[in-house]
Amino acid sequence: MTNDIAAAIETALQRVSDAASLDEIDAVSGETLGKKGVLGGLKASLAKIADIEERKAVGRSLNEAFASVSAAIDERRQELIAIERAAQVAGERLDLTEAMDAASRGHLHLVTQAWQELEDVFVGLGFTVAEGPEVETDWHNFEALNMSEGHPARGEFDTLFIGHDEHEDAGDSGLLLRTHTSPVQIRTMLASEPPIYIVAPGRVFRRDTPDATHMPVFHQIEGLVVDRDISMADLAGTIEAFTQAFFGKGFTSRLRPSYFPFTEPSAEFDIRRPDGSWLELGGCGMVHPEVLRAGGVDPEEWSGFAFGFGIDRMAVMRHGITDIRDMYVNDIRFIEQF
Amino acid sequence: MKVLLSWLNEFGPFADPTDHEAVEAVAADLTSLGLAVEETIAIGSPVEGVISARVLRVEQHPDAAKVRRVWVDAGDGDERHVWCGASNMSAGDVVPLATLGTTMPNGMTIERRGILGIDSEGMLCSAVELGVGEDHSGILLLDGDAELGLSYAQVLGIEPDVVFDLDLTRNRPDCWSIEGVARDLSAWRSQPLAEVGEGSAVSGEARTVPVSIADPACGRFTATVVSGIRVGASPEWMVRRLEALGMRAINNVVDVSNYVMLELGQPNHAYDLSTIGGGFSVRMARDGETLTTLDDVERSCTVDDLLICDGNDVPVGLGGVMGGADSEISDSTTEVVLEIAWFAPLGIMKTATRHGLRSEASARYERGVDPALADRAAQRFAALLSLTCPDLVVHAGGADERSSGMPELIRSVDVRISEVNRSLGTDLAASDLPGLLNPIGFTVSANGDDVTVALPSWRPDSTSEIDVIEEIARHHGYGRLGRSVPKPTGHGHLTQAQIRRRLLRDVLVGLGISEAMPNPIVAPDTMARAGIEGETLRILNPLVADESALRLSLRPGLLTSLAHNEHHRRAGVSLFEIGKVYPPSGEGLPDEHEVLCVVLAGQDAYAAVLVWRQISQALGVGAMIDQSTVPGGMHGTRSGVLRAGRDIIGAIGEIAPEVLESFEVTERVAVIEARIDGMLTGKGGSRVYRPISRMPSSDLDLAFVLSDDVPADRLERALRQGASSLLVDLKLFDTYRGPGVLEGHRSLAWRLRLQANDRNLTDADIAEVKSACESAAKKLGAELRS
Repeated sequence: MTNDIAAAIETALQRVSDAASLDEIDAVSGETLGKKGVLGGLKASLAKIADIEERKAVGRSLNEAFASVSAAIDERRQELIAIERAAQVAGERLDLTEAMDAASRGHLHLVTQAWQELEDVFVGLGFTVAEGPEVETDWHNFEALNMSEGHPARGEFDTLFIGHDEHEDAGDSGLLLRTHTSPVQIRTMLASEPPIYIVAPGRVFRRDTPDATHMPVFHQIEGLVVDRDISMADLAGTIEAFTQAFFGKGFTSRLRPSYFPFTEPSAEFDIRRPDGSWLELGGCGMVHPEVLRAGGVDPEEWSGFAFGFGIDRMAVMRHGITDIRDMYVNDIRFIEQF
Repeated sequence: MKVLLSWLNEFGPFADPTDHEAVEAVAADLTSLGLAVEETIAIGSPVEGVISARVLRVEQHPDAAKVRRVWVDAGDGDERHVWCGASNMSAGDVVPLATLGTTMPNGMTIERRGILGIDSEGMLCSAVELGVGEDHSGILLLDGDAELGLSYAQVLGIEPDVVFDLDLTRNRPDCWSIEGVARDLSAWRSQPLAEVGEGSAVSGEARTVPVSIADPACGRFTATVVSGIRVGASPEWMVRRLEALGMRAINNVVDVSNYVMLELGQPNHAYDLSTIGGGFSVRMARDGETLTTLDDVERSCTVDDLLICDGNDVPVGLGGVMGGADSEISDSTTEVVLEIAWFAPLGIMKTATRHGLRSEASARYERGVDPALADRAAQRFAALLSLTCPDLVVHAGGADERSSGMPELIRSVDVRISEVNRSLGTDLAASDLPGLLNPIGFTVSANGDDVTVALPSWRPDSTSEIDVIEEIARHHGYGRLGRSVPKPTGHGHLTQAQIRRRLLRDVLVGLGISEAMPNPIVAPDTMARAGIEGETLRILNPLVADESALRLSLRPGLLTSLAHNEHHRRAGVSLFEIGKVYPPSGEGLPDEHEVLCVVLAGQDAYAAVLVWRQISQALGVGAMIDQSTVPGGMHGTRSGVLRAGRDIIGAIGEIAPEVLESFEVTERVAVIEARIDGMLTGKGGSRVYRPISRMPSSDLDLAFVLSDDVPADRLERALRQGASSLLVDLKLFDTYRGPGVLEGHRSLAWRLRLQANDRNLTDADIAEVKSACESAAKKLGAELRS
């Protein structure tokens, strides 16, 4: 019997090491360790051994045989699993650089990108974002902004006038395409009570021949603050805070006297780049008392400042665009660059 | 507006034109004052190496017809030979010689160069080549007595100078003069403004030219008779100053007139006394009345043009814009009458615009000339003219007519120091104001904390307290204002609609669709070409006819963009735009609203539906596709309207083939166009959590045969209702038309995923759902396919 066990172990171990697949190892397992397997059969014949001591001894060696064969089977099984995985992985090889599809994410328009970034900066400074119509009344666009009929500054805006019929005379309908975002100042003041802290980005229109630096349709962002005791120092400080937030550290700003009918005192604001050069950015000033009045705000109780500048120019400067018209051709080869 | 530094210096001095740093400081100061310096131009710097030389003899070389041989003496005793292409010089003349090594203003360097083997030792120069004049017909002939070997500039008396080109704002008419700029600059620098040109003209017997003003557009008209005129050339220095500021020298009378205008800002006009019929009348023109102006153009006037007429009511000048040709100063003029007037700005601006004639005079009048300046200007005119007319006599009895249009000369405004400090954030005292304001002619009378400020006649723009505060701010210095950041009481944020608009953009970009921005202004026929009906608003003064209508739809702009891309071999482009459309709404503002349009080139209507589903899901909006209505310009069997409740909010599907052809797009184009104002402002807020069931789910596949006349989404809605609360997902996974399915029908296969929140499903549950779906479908005429 002991000899039978030894032979069975030898045969089983040989079969285990010969097994070349998981199926074969399963077969070996069944035929060796199963009830009808070789060692299983020997176990069944244990009962025939009469001598207790002998039966115990043979039983022990049978158990040992079970354990060693079973361990060998497990070990071989793990080996075979690893081999099969390796074969699967080897067979699934991909050259990732063969990938054929090009990137196809969409791109926001450069003006939108600059627009959103500006909104975010001003929201961070405590402003909300106001909007207004692009077709405006003469009153909102000019009259309420201290440019009554015949004001010479009106001539500088190159206004596009709107009518219901091409034979109307310009100005008859009192409608026009807004020449700046400033009418939103008036609409905001009329619709809400101070304190007011808004920016108003939007599309504006001028009767202007397109060239490398001008478009007849472009975008501005306007700021308006109306609160108690707002001073020109608050304007200068806000412009400076914006400059550092939007352009970054190392950029500073200055105000220098200028003229706009809707602000007084008025200023241009320039940005000083880290290399010391200056960039004219936009106009600003203290809201003119007449404009506050037009907005239903008492200038003795409240004061305010306003500022405005071009959004398109921000995009043009940031990306080194040499011809602003390229932003509006909607050529996918341009759009995909940003 | 250009100003000349040497001229400013007469009121200063401010800077030596050769001292670069001092010149830059002046430019910086001007900019700080709001007189922005656009450009600083150094002029009169001589070309080094060009010296005076006398022509010794001139010879024609037999083999060179077009050039001459010239021998010159540059004062060093050497005889130099040069070739020369001009022939206006002869022996004895003094000419500018560019010596070897000289670099000319055009960049050319003078080298020893030979013709026919004979070297040239320099070059003789024309006025143009040296940048001292416009004459290029010959060599510049210098004063015959000039010392030889001197710089030509020294011989000509040219000195280095600087022109500042100022970008003046509309509120500074006073700075359309040298004196006005100098006044601001000296106040800024706390130095006195020097007086110039105290007159020394002889005054004579009274001679009055009668003047009548018939319209308040002319507020003041003075006419002074000046005799003893000898018309001739102006002094060189005057010519140089006029030319440096872009004016041509004509003769001493006209030049002095222009000089006074540039210096003091007072336009004026000298008429030959013998041509004006003994008097002036100022009146509005009669419609169609003509006048030939000094530029020899016949002007046809309207009743809005102001005319200066002579004693016989014949027009002699377009008031405030340009004089007439017939009363022009001639060589034989001996007596002139000097007109100095004040005109209302707006009328001048309109006349100048109408006639397309912007003169130096109109530029000043339309901004506002000092109404008190006439007497000083007349004195300055006479004093300057007497330099070239020693016998000049200014006659007493000059007319000074004024109308109701004449501005008030004495004006004042009260200024509260509290208002100054509130507006500027400063801490100024009333006693600080005289030092800031008096030097610029705003005269302060103290009155405790509130002051009264007399406004100068040359600042018509200044009328109110805030105007004076601006002057205080300017002369205090914008750079010295403090910097504080106001604290908003609320927090900064985007509105719900603005946040949702950004979400919409993000969804589209994530789907690979890029944002375009076509022009919202289109040609009058563009909407019709795109099959979109409706009247458009029109631009009444378009720059080009092709851009004169306001769009009703974003489709045409995007189709044009697709065509452009196709044309550049980029097919299959996907674009979107979020922008306004402007349909008219009777009177007043149009029904302007925001619209989204998506175009997918090379894709079919299903692609548009898929994008719409993504948008609907992201924004939580539902709109049904209704193919029973085909929107204009859309494909007849592949399009429908988007219906939200009763409202049609847009169109979806494909562009009609004829529209594609019209826009020269060859690909199929899937499209969505929808108004988004409702979608953005619609129900926002947070979505409420629905617990995910932990119970197992079961799938049930059901295929129905349905008539092609019934949209699949109707069946979908029926199944949703039928399947009740156990349905967690419903998907159409197959459609089939063909053998086995009735003609005009299709089979639609749906997979229903069923799940309960609290229990395992039983076969009975599933059977119940199946039968409920079957009967719901039956109401649409759909049969369960076995």
